[in-house]
Amino acid sequence: MLAIRNLCKSYGGVRPREVLRGISVELARGEYVAIVGESGVGKSTLLNLIAGLDQPDRGQIALDGVEVTALADAERTLLRRRRVGFVFQAFHLLPHLTVAQNVSLPLVLNGFSPGSSAARVADMLGAVGLAAAAASYPRELSGGEMQRVAIARALVHQPQLVLADEPTGNLDQETAIEVLDLLREQVKRESGAGILVTHSALAAATADRVLVLTADGLRAR
Amino acid sequence: MIGARFPLLNAVVLGPLREHPGRAALAVAAIALGVALGVAVHLINSSALNEFELAARHLAGTADLVVRGPRAGFDESLYPRLARLPQVAAANPGVEADVPLAGRQEQLRIIGFDPLRAAEVQPALLPDRAGMVLDLFDADAIWLSPAAAEWLGVKTGDALRIQVGTATLTLRIVGLLPEGAYRQRLGVMDVAAAQWRLARLGRLNRIDLRLRPGVNVAEFRSTLQDILPAGVHAASPEAEGERGANLTRAYRLNLDMLALVALFTGAFLVFSSQVLALLRRRTQFALLRAMGVTRRLLATHLIGEGAALGTIGATLGLLLGYALARYALAYVGADLGAGYFRTIAASLATEPQSLVFFFALGVSFAVIGTAPPAWEAAGRAPARALRAGDEEESLARLRTPWWGLLALAAGLLLTLVPARHGLPVAGYLAIALVLLGAVLLMPRLAEACLERLPLTSRLPAGIAIAQLKATPRQSAISMAAIVTSFSLMVAMLIMVSSFRTSLERWLDRMLPADLYLRAVRGGETGFLTPDEQQRIAATPGLDRTEFLRTQNLLLDPARQPVVLLAGPADAAAKLPLVGPSLTPRATDPPPVWVSEVAADLYRWHVGDHVRLPIGAEMLPYLVAGVWRDYARQSGAIAISRDLYIRLTGDRLANEAAIWIAGGVPLATAERALRERLPPDAHIEISATRQIRSASLALFDRTFAITYALEAAAIVIGLFGISISFSAQALARRREFGVLRHLGMTRREIGGLLGCEGALLSALGAAFGLAVGWVVGLILIHVVNRQSFHWSMDLDVPWLPLVALAGLVVGAAVATASWSGRAAMNDDVVRAVREDW
Repeated sequence: MLAIRNLCKSYGGVRPREVLRGISVELARGEYVAIVGESGVGKSTLLNLIAGLDQPDRGQIALDGVEVTALADAERTLLRRRRVGFVFQAFHLLPHLTVAQNVSLPLVLNGFSPGSSAARVADMLGAVGLAAAAASYPRELSGGEMQRVAIARALVHQPQLVLADEPTGNLDQETAIEVLDLLREQVKRESGAGILVTHSALAAATADRVLVLTADGLRAR
Repeated sequence: MIGARFPLLNAVVLGPLREHPGRAALAVAAIALGVALGVAVHLINSSALNEFELAARHLAGTADLVVRGPRAGFDESLYPRLARLPQVAAANPGVEADVPLAGRQEQLRIIGFDPLRAAEVQPALLPDRAGMVLDLFDADAIWLSPAAAEWLGVKTGDALRIQVGTATLTLRIVGLLPEGAYRQRLGVMDVAAAQWRLARLGRLNRIDLRLRPGVNVAEFRSTLQDILPAGVHAASPEAEGERGANLTRAYRLNLDMLALVALFTGAFLVFSSQVLALLRRRTQFALLRAMGVTRRLLATHLIGEGAALGTIGATLGLLLGYALARYALAYVGADLGAGYFRTIAASLATEPQSLVFFFALGVSFAVIGTAPPAWEAAGRAPARALRAGDEEESLARLRTPWWGLLALAAGLLLTLVPARHGLPVAGYLAIALVLLGAVLLMPRLAEACLERLPLTSRLPAGIAIAQLKATPRQSAISMAAIVTSFSLMVAMLIMVSSFRTSLERWLDRMLPADLYLRAVRGGETGFLTPDEQQRIAATPGLDRTEFLRTQNLLLDPARQPVVLLAGPADAAAKLPLVGPSLTPRATDPPPVWVSEVAADLYRWHVGDHVRLPIGAEMLPYLVAGVWRDYARQSGAIAISRDLYIRLTGDRLANEAAIWIAGGVPLATAERALRERLPPDAHIEISATRQIRSASLALFDRTFAITYALEAAAIVIGLFGISISFSAQALARRREFGVLRHLGMTRREIGGLLGCEGALLSALGAAFGLAVGWVVGLILIHVVNRQSFHWSMDLDVPWLPLVALAGLVVGAAVATASWSGRAAMNDDVVRAVREDW
């Protein structure tokens, strides 16, 4: 479902550096993969390239047969809107929207009617155990609760691919385990596939397979 | 406590300034522009006024008192009576008049005095060489000041053609006054020649008196007043100069205030941008506080940043203002539109105390704009400030409406306070308080309005509305910047439009005839003789003719003379009366109708019996009505011409209102009139519509400076909107990054910001309209009335207001979208990540 071939990416500036070199990997539908690696090795850059937020120097990325790297920025944006869901380390809920509004955002972006989105949002909030917090604002939630909302937001529009970037980096171990379980369960139920970027062994253990990203490339552990 | 002091300065002030130099540059530019306008307007006015006073002092020479009468003057027999008084050391009789120049639209002030007496009283006005004094006894001789010679492009030996009555008189320029003796335009003649040539035989209108040493000037002046004829007053030369200052004081204050509007708008801009910028940096401050930086130290650095920006802005403003004033005086002149200083050639008078005042004002406004948000930001509990979504909480104190209501109530109460020394000080304070009240009420009003906005699932409006509903207090700050600048624009537009519409109605009422024939445009020596009047009245093709004589009365030596208009007997039916009018009873004295200006200045009311020096005696008159007059700023009194002739014996007229018989074309009537008068007669015949359009053009010229200052306030207001939106856009970069991750295009995020800008500016414009309407009413009924003493009817120019509101909303949408685009570079994606 996701095919990455020979991906390379460098950054310029005062201290130019090659972040990704010759990355190739394939992901099947229903697969949930963890990518681990040291800080600064390019894990987030890889996610950005997969999501079409950035363009590689060389290489191709195909999502469900669509060549992402050949698309214009606007087309990549639409692809991301319809087919990708994101979970971030720092949650990144929009502080001035309620929990329900945050979760409904991808549906609104995809043109769902208010009626159908409300039912779907309620379902998702129920699934992550936050039905009662629909009208709350993010600042009224704990870290674990915020990440649950973020998971609901990432999956509400049933994307083909969920990209989770250190989703438990800001959580205690107990909450992290709960969130990881929830993420895996929801990705398996609502989405085509998932990539979990982490340097936590605990988090990586919840994935179907684990890939290690190093300066030399991506290899299976 | 952080060990070294400079790292803190770098973290709190210099770093953010380096990161966003545009914000600092806009704040500096706003303060600089405000200070520059204030300095330029003030320096130009004060330079002109300085010359005005200098001219009066030079003309009086060493005189201790100047005895003055009305334009028609007083009998010359007063001169020997005064000269013989034991307290008087020297006296110089004078005739002074603004004389129209033949073939030109301008006038030249000519003073006739006795050259021999001038040696004792005004020696500086005599030529350098004694022999030249004798030339002045020639009846056709005139000296010119160097400024007048340069202006007229003439030299010694040339002819100078002036107009007296409807005839042209040629004078010979026999020399120039010494350089520096008199810096303005002036012609000097022998007094006897001036009496003869300017048709004032037997009359004088000034006598300069030098008193013997030891005579108490004030006591003598008081004694002298008892022996002076009606309408003749003695005043010190200083009071002569102050008279000009008094007439223009309100006008000058109004211009100063208008210029300060730009500075006020700039200060508010600094405040709003500072609030939003500090909100954005609150987590940095929380971190510093957590590391041990005290609240005071943090606040001092932040306020210091405002003071530094204010100092840079004020310094640039001073330089720019000085350069503007210098340029204007050198190339445009000292007159800022109202015509008070039209003939004044002024050189820039530097006033260090004024420059210091404007500099301090610029810095203070910047500090006042910075201090409240800085103190609040420094005082925020670090633990709370570190949480996302805390911004609204930190603005919670803004929610209370009581300070706003109190300011509004105080402002409205101040509108009831009368003028102080002729200046609408309370009126301006009222405007400031109304604006302050509106700004303080803005968070509450914004919350109430935004609460009622319906949520929609449509993009990008849906997210924009949700954002605004959740951040009403931050929205209120942006709205307040719009309300402040827009309401001032609205108020000025309403005031100017009301004035113009009232002027149009007034012109319709004051110009009922088809044609107007004048002996001369302006000046004091043009007139129509009784014979000319008869010939005009008997011109074929005319239905009716009314003649008007204009004179003036000196009622108070501290004020400019009041204009006396002797015209038709049925003035009550023809003048634009305001309020009730009286028909005199048999026992009442003869009626006069006084202008609003005269009624205000001399505290006259309908029904009062007032004593006026018309003719040789001070007689009582009944104030039968008060009328609106926009033409004569020192006041006017209308009287029946028949009565005027009975009282004064003066049968001359200055102009004629002519109604043409049905079917006779205007051009035919005009040709017939010219044929009835000598071919070289200087008369001006104008159709009513010509006078009307010339008057309106003059009005527009007068308000040109107002429009220019208003435009500056608009530009600063738009700066404010731009700063406010760009600060918010920067603060929300991470949010935009998330939206980009979720699949929103750059265009959609630009649209989202555009929607927010449109909603906020539309609400701001709506509130600005309401506040501007209130401020406009205060300008019309309080400030304008107390400054110039004339009333006007309210006229709200809806179409220009809607267009202006559209411009503000458009500018807000454009700057919001632009700010979003600027904040949405590639880094916006990285703003949500902490690592590669």
